[in-house]
Amino acid sequence: MKPFDYVRPASVAEAVAAAAQPGAVFLAAGTNLLDLMKGGVSRPDRLVDVTHLDGLDQIETLADGSVRIGALVSNADLAHDATFAKSYPAVAEALLSGASAQLRNAATVGGNLLQRTRCAYFYDTASRCNKREAGSGCDARDGENRSHAVLGWSESCIATHPSDFCVPLVALDAVVEIEGSNGRREIALDQLHRLPDDAPERESALEPGDLIVAVRLPPAARAFASHARYLKVRERTSYAFAIVSAAAALRIENGKIAEARLALGGVAAKPWRARAAEDVLRNVAPTADAFQEAAWRALEGAKPSGDNAFKIELARRIVVRALLLAAAGTPARIPALPASPFASISGAIHA
Amino acid sequence: MNHSISLTVNGARRDFVLDDPRVTLLDLLRERLHLTGTKKGCDRGQCGACTILVDGKRINSCLALAISHDGADILTIEGVARGDQLHPVQAAFIAHDGFQCGFCTPGQIMSAIGMMREGQTGNDPERVRECMSGNLCRCGAYAGIVDAVLDAQGQMDESNQRRSA
Repeated sequence: MKPFDYVRPASVAEAVAAAAQPGAVFLAAGTNLLDLMKGGVSRPDRLVDVTHLDGLDQIETLADGSVRIGALVSNADLAHDATFAKSYPAVAEALLSGASAQLRNAATVGGNLLQRTRCAYFYDTASRCNKREAGSGCDARDGENRSHAVLGWSESCIATHPSDFCVPLVALDAVVEIEGSNGRREIALDQLHRLPDDAPERESALEPGDLIVAVRLPPAARAFASHARYLKVRERTSYAFAIVSAAAALRIENGKIAEARLALGGVAAKPWRARAAEDVLRNVAPTADAFQEAAWRALEGAKPSGDNAFKIELARRIVVRALLLAAAGTPARIPALPASPFASISGAIHA
Repeated sequence: MNHSISLTVNGARRDFVLDDPRVTLLDLLRERLHLTGTKKGCDRGQCGACTILVDGKRINSCLALAISHDGADILTIEGVARGDQLHPVQAAFIAHDGFQCGFCTPGQIMSAIGMMREGQTGNDPERVRECMSGNLCRCGAYAGIVDAVLDAQGQMDESNQRRSA
């Protein structure tokens, strides 16, 4: 690991100033960053430790019914907060389907959003990677790429964003609160991660020094609580990243879908909101046929980036299954195997 | 630049001067305190052999910088027995053959103790397997590990009930 300076700022303003200079990065739990630093993938000159900052570890319900999650709340604490899990069950299920219990105890909300891709060529410093070293090329393009992107990729990068948490968040219109050199601002989570185009080294809308201080879910996000699921297909039943995942949330009134929310994980460089699919589910009955139509819409424009054409059909099936599970109703308890398609839940119909 | 930190390790306060911020909690425990029960397996957060409790919660000590944990309360495998009396999870691992080579065992036991404190599994073996998935065992002693964890959990539930009765 390359040597670095360690700074522990006393306030958010100090943290932003300390991280604004080139080569500086924020340290929260470090579960992804230290791994990358040990491998020489990340080589920061300065770590700005934000873990001791006050006021960033609260889960608050705001007067308008929003929930505001501090950036330093751990993945485990958020998933196990009973009030939060009851209101946003797909978010809790997604969190519990990610990583291991040890990592969830340490990893933070802000860190989860900003975790890096798990593309093996990004991790292997002997390989060419446009994300790690701009303009060097992409060895994933002709390499082992069955888990890579099928939506939104470019010739310069086919990596996926690995977060489970972000998938239901983006479906529920989460907003990211950012403190930067010019003060506080907020952006939709959907605008945080960038698609690669010809600059995959620029992964987010954040500027140097920008610190994510909170993630907010708007009041409307609660309305989906009784019909919301996260479903994730992975190589192992536990402790593995998604090959494909989907968050589905429905607001059902008088037997019809008043509003649907759908997002996909493991398919693109960002959590993939499927608005075209949501549109066809407005004011229709929650049937397998309607969900099939939505699945086709969700994967419109998808194309293989390598040996991964299977992911497109898999994603359609996961969308249908997630919508069926959501329509059947949020279970009273998160299943023993969170988000697993192999969980024993009666009533699930395979697409 | 030197950084001073203090930790409580297995109940005792320990002060350190770090001349390099790169030291992980794992390396601090093993190299400075010679508490070598906490194992370095992958050193990348994948195997769970380095699992310790920090402020009561299980984490991978290989992915935690010591300098960032000033003031933390740490429990390692060396701190769980009371004198010669094994912790119920340690005793259950012996009773159920929850290991073969033993390398992953301290991490498995610390993870199991952390898991029981989290209170998310009940006596459901599927939940136990899911919640212990961050601890790999290359000998494949998983069946014994799950039996040991369930047994220890049952014993501790019983003793808690007796205490509250």
